[in-house]
Amino acid sequence: MKKLIMLIGFITLMTASFAENQIATLRGETVLTDEPVAPLMMPEVNDDRRLSRDYPMAAPTIPHKTDGYRIDLNSNKCLFCHNRQQVSASQAPMISVTHFMNSDGNFLADVSPNRYFCNQCHVSQQAVDVLIENEFISMDELLKRAHESH
Amino acid sequence: MLTRLKAMLRRWWRVFSKPSVHLSLGFLTLGGFLAGVIFWGGFNTAMEYANTEEFCIGCHEMRENVYVELQETVHFSNPSGVRATCSDCHVPHEWSYKIARKMQASKEVWGKVFGTIDTPEKFEAKRRELAEHEWARLKANDSLECRNCHDFSSMDFTRQSERAALQHSTALASGDKTCIDCHKGIAHHLPDMSGVPGWD
Repeated sequence: MKKLIMLIGFITLMTASFAENQIATLRGETVLTDEPVAPLMMPEVNDDRRLSRDYPMAAPTIPHKTDGYRIDLNSNKCLFCHNRQQVSASQAPMISVTHFMNSDGNFLADVSPNRYFCNQCHVSQQAVDVLIENEFISMDELLKRAHESH
Repeated sequence: MLTRLKAMLRRWWRVFSKPSVHLSLGFLTLGGFLAGVIFWGGFNTAMEYANTEEFCIGCHEMRENVYVELQETVHFSNPSGVRATCSDCHVPHEWSYKIARKMQASKEVWGKVFGTIDTPEKFEAKRRELAEHEWARLKANDSLECRNCHDFSSMDFTRQSERAALQHSTALASGDKTCIDCHKGIAHHLPDMSGVPGWD
């Protein structure tokens, strides 16, 4: 009996909290039993124009297509242009010096293994509207507000 | 019995060794021509069959390794529906070069019989060596198989991205570099690239 009461109480609590947090998801308004129409796939931005970053340590986005760029144990297509030795021929921006640093902060002779998988942080962009509104405030905006409040 | 067989063979040999004595010139000329057509047609059909995708992926070595890798790429499926299949890149289109390549490829029959690459592990162990053969071939013929479709004189740089236009109008235009120098691994996964210029 005690267990049953506890279970009912738990379920009620869960349902209540779930109803309260109307978490926005990528599904949008579509109910779970319906299959929403997938949005069209847009082409990747390929204009080679660098975007500004919202805070100094932000990983820069990739301003070109990366279709079929493989990164595996044997080869890394990104480094074919962005590696230290390659930039004079490719004129691509060299990967950040932080990528030669291991997790203890020591500089290595070559790219650190924990920075090898470029697309963990850097991704190509598509010209689409944001899927979900967010309240991200850039570093510059924060600084501006801080100055204004003083 | 044996003597009869011997006599028959001797008779046939007489005809074969000096057919013009026994058969008319018209029959021999026309017959020779027809036999030539049949032989040539048969030979060429068989050889062309050996250049089809169906034939290449008839063996699991190709079907489960390199063919799977090709399927991910733009040469396999793309907006316009043009496919470059195995032989488009790996067999020269011009006849004399094609025959030379085909004779070279007879070694692959040996490889098939003795199972040189019949497991994924064996294939992976040989990947660098096999890739190097193809890089060397394409380097030596100035990426001929690429250029069968991608003609430099038909390239519109204004329709390329800035990066592509820059490289193609300098390094490629001057003949300093050829397609395969930069476009390695566009159709298959790459082997361990240590020591390969640019990839190291």
